[in-house]
Amino acid sequence: MTAIRARSWAGSAGFYLVILVILLFSLFPFYWVLITSLKSNTELTQAVHGLWPDHASLNSYNQLFVAGNFLLPLANSVLVAAGATAIALVTGILTAYALVRLAQNARAAVLGFVLAIGFFPVIAMVGPLFFVYRNINFLNSYLSLIITYLIYAIPIGLWILVSIFDEIPKEIEEAATVDGATPLQVLRRIVLPLALPGVFTAAIISFILCWNDFVFALSFMSDPNRYTAPLAIVNLGQSKYQVFYNIIDAGVVATTLPIVILVLIAQRRIVSGLAAGGLKG
Amino acid sequence: MAEVRGKAVERGLHLRERLSGPEASAERLGALLIAPTVILLVLIVGYPAFYNIYASFQYFVLTDPGTEHFIGLQNYTRVFSGVDSLSAWGRTILYTVISVAIQFVIGLVFALAMHQNYRGRGVVRAAVLVPWAVPTVVSALLWKTNFDPRIGFVNYLLGVAHLPGANTTWLNGVWTSWTVILVADAWKNTPFLALILLSGLQVIPDDLYEQAQIDGAGILRRFWYVTLPLLKPSIQVALIFRTLSAFLVFDVIYAITGGGPGNATNTVAFINWRAFLVDTDFGYGGAVSVVLTISALLIAVAYLRILRPST
Repeated sequence: MTAIRARSWAGSAGFYLVILVILLFSLFPFYWVLITSLKSNTELTQAVHGLWPDHASLNSYNQLFVAGNFLLPLANSVLVAAGATAIALVTGILTAYALVRLAQNARAAVLGFVLAIGFFPVIAMVGPLFFVYRNINFLNSYLSLIITYLIYAIPIGLWILVSIFDEIPKEIEEAATVDGATPLQVLRRIVLPLALPGVFTAAIISFILCWNDFVFALSFMSDPNRYTAPLAIVNLGQSKYQVFYNIIDAGVVATTLPIVILVLIAQRRIVSGLAAGGLKG
Repeated sequence: MAEVRGKAVERGLHLRERLSGPEASAERLGALLIAPTVILLVLIVGYPAFYNIYASFQYFVLTDPGTEHFIGLQNYTRVFSGVDSLSAWGRTILYTVISVAIQFVIGLVFALAMHQNYRGRGVVRAAVLVPWAVPTVVSALLWKTNFDPRIGFVNYLLGVAHLPGANTTWLNGVWTSWTVILVADAWKNTPFLALILLSGLQVIPDDLYEQAQIDGAGILRRFWYVTLPLLKPSIQVALIFRTLSAFLVFDVIYAITGGGPGNATNTVAFINWRAFLVDTDFGYGGAVSVVLTISALLIAVAYLRILRPST
């Protein structure tokens, strides 16, 4: 780009300053919580500041996981997010394939409907869903969250899958159809293997959106054994006993780190998936 | 999008003729595959929407069984004339405008910077995804730590830099509480906004800039006449999502201030949740939900119309 070649030394210093600000803005607050979680209670009460704790220890993690049994809420979160993602992928793959190949004239209407669903505030659904789940004894069940999380998982999953299937050349499938394969066989044997990276992208993004939920878990799960990870940390912070920030921050790190690692591994896919999900409207 | 919808209607008109044609079986299979998605969404989203409309005309408090009855528009009167409700609407709108404006400006600067060619751009793009991957309520706790007067880095850095505010107890004051909420929200969401804008910048062809430069347009004019108009679709998507989620802010409020001090950070979404889950007042909660849903849809439609791509 010509703009770059023309840039003066001062301009490029300014540019790298902006990049540095972006990096600090994104990472430093998380880094600070990470080191707070490694501090001892004494260090916290003495308000020792620095870029590394004086006596870094994993003590707060020990308390969080052993005394606080934090693995349970983490496992609950994984279970409900994965459950909703799995259902959304199965229905999403079938629907996306139908919209791209079998019933193209329904495509705009269905995608428009799904997009409009995305504009409905989830906070407005909390009450009626609570009421229904209460009446059928679904409160405190994993299923209540798995079903509800489809609101997050289906729309984004479907949009991404449609954009992936669009890119698969029709000719490849036509050859198989001539050989007598039914549409579902074509989907399973030809389209899916080709679309696998895209399906993976849709899975990661749906999973993260479900993992992000707080309000439904807060409303449906009153039994501490069914808390999801975000709910468990918030309740830790609001417990009537003195809870030290290092333990809460250990929870913040434990909830975030698996997702951050996932995001860093799949970074390129996520960016392109979000773009496909967001921009093809 | 309107164009796409128009085409859909046109295609729909041919549907009836085609149902008896050779593609009929494919279409039937297609409908069968589409059905689960549509049915699930209608049940999970449509049912609550209609239930809210019904409940909003009733006196219906869950802890007061057997007293359910029709009360006309009384719940809506509470929404539109209750003091708590009106101040919450005012607060929510003000918060939406301020937070979206801040996030949009910062996000655009980030996107323009990230769009340049430089070493390590992959690292930077990965880094900005970190806040996006943190659950909203967890990012709220993260900022509660960071604004803590003793433990957080905010007061510490203010002190080191000899700036005012180093002794602030943020969650005691109204405006300082809002500051914490604004920062937590901006941290979590600005990077996502930047990535959407970045993906829009990447599809603007370079030769448009070159042509503009040959025509003698300076950097500001190029930004105004080339970048901004072509970025419109991404701006539209980014603003719709950010405006709606700021307008419906709940997680951050719940975890950081709980609506306090007093009622100072009580937003409409928070009132809505409290009506359902704390007061179990499904009539009033339903009315708030209906108004909130209509507002959200109006916001979305307004953006779709105002920022319609001019192509």
